[in-house]
Amino acid sequence: MEHTVSAYDDDLKAIARRVTEAGGLAERAVASSISALTRLDIGLAQQVIADDKLLDNLQRDIEEKTILIIARRQPMAVDLREIVAAMRIANDVERIGDLGKNIAKRVVAINDVFPNKQLLTGLEHMAEIALQQLKAVLDAYAAHDDHAAYAVRQRDDEIDALYTSLFRELLTYMMEDPRNITFCIHLLFCAKNIERIGDHATNIAETVHYMVTGLTYGDERPKADRSIVAADEAGS
Amino acid sequence: MSEVQTPAPFKTSRTPDAAPRPTKVLTRDVKVVYGQKQALHGVSIDIPEKSVTAFIGPSGCGKSTFLRCINRMNDTIVGARVDGTIELDGVSIWEPSLDVVELRARVGMVFQKPNPFPKSIFENVAYGPRIHGLARSKADLEEIVITSLQKASLYNEVKDRLDEPGTGLSGGQQQRLCIARAIAVSPEVILMDEPCSALDPIATAKVEELIDELRANYTIVIVTHSMQQAARVSQRTAFFHLGHLIEEGPTDHIFTNPLEQRTQDYITGRFG
Repeated sequence: MEHTVSAYDDDLKAIARRVTEAGGLAERAVASSISALTRLDIGLAQQVIADDKLLDNLQRDIEEKTILIIARRQPMAVDLREIVAAMRIANDVERIGDLGKNIAKRVVAINDVFPNKQLLTGLEHMAEIALQQLKAVLDAYAAHDDHAAYAVRQRDDEIDALYTSLFRELLTYMMEDPRNITFCIHLLFCAKNIERIGDHATNIAETVHYMVTGLTYGDERPKADRSIVAADEAGS
Repeated sequence: MSEVQTPAPFKTSRTPDAAPRPTKVLTRDVKVVYGQKQALHGVSIDIPEKSVTAFIGPSGCGKSTFLRCINRMNDTIVGARVDGTIELDGVSIWEPSLDVVELRARVGMVFQKPNPFPKSIFENVAYGPRIHGLARSKADLEEIVITSLQKASLYNEVKDRLDEPGTGLSGGQQQRLCIARAIAVSPEVILMDEPCSALDPIATAKVEELIDELRANYTIVIVTHSMQQAARVSQRTAFFHLGHLIEEGPTDHIFTNPLEQRTQDYITGRFG
């Protein structure tokens, strides 16, 4: 049902639109940074770094607009949750953009290091899932789909598991030949960034759940990042 | 994205209700008819003691009517008929042994517009204790007046002019004078019918602050049109619509996540 004050609806819709737009920018940043990495495309990487400004500005704009709507309209119930969600999601999305930018910066740094294409495959796969998760959760936000958001939250362990196995793999390469270390370290940081993108997607899923139902998940969410344990195993 | 099974229902949580306080006022199936018009269609609610319960709802929803049932103010309206059960501390308010004057001393009321008597500030507060015979001496009475004015956070503003007319005070001061007058007869329950709607924001803030202090000792029921006010001052909120009690619960839940769609539509400003 529409608000009696129609400008209120316009304000809310405008905020939701901006959040979706910011989500789109973050998706693009991540996708571009990954293709810049796999193709070692410095130009594209630099583009990603430059474009991050847009996302930062959009996030600030969303924050200002949400604060203004709180001051102006004292939102209640579903409106209040929607506004809080917009603010939180904008933050997560902005962080995702930063992580994409970090990967792009690594691409610029990797440039003069001998690349091992084979190692990139695992990373690409991980990024693919992270991007699917990001897309799914942004769709869930736009559609107010609690079930879709839940599915995203449940799938995060897949990324964590991939991260753990990639971690082991990189560790093995580094032990095999010290000349691999520089490249592997770069990839490891990229992998960590992707893993964290997955975490932010999960945060957004939790926010969508709160926005739609007014409830918070009571149970611990699935965790499959065992890289800490893997490090111990490899070291012993 | 690939197929992911969504197990439903999944575990989610909501902050649990605070431990319930004992019930001060209990009502069951309260119906009110004004002549031909049914104003209330069976309201059942437990109002906990020493806390603030807010009644919200659009004009004509029956919240003020219901409020006035609690101290039998509707008895004074010709053609009004009240049915159902209303108990104060487990005793029916229509119990023959319970005198209506005594009931109204135990269940005080503050109205929308400040309505001090055209008498001095002192006399406004002294009137109730005097007719109820609560003061044995002049000194006694003086003490009741002063403590009542203090409890109503008004004493410091009026202590040098207690014999000046109550009507000479500002609107906010007059309203606090009316609250002092209500407190003076040591009520257990204070009913407030939109006590701040005629006040400016600063006077409103003072009254809200006062309500928050008073709830340590009194059971307060407040009818308000300001949702923000209900959210600020009350621990429980009841939403009325067209003579029905739609939803009642902890204020924190009502304003962030109401269970009923009608409540949601009203508090978010979507009423058609």
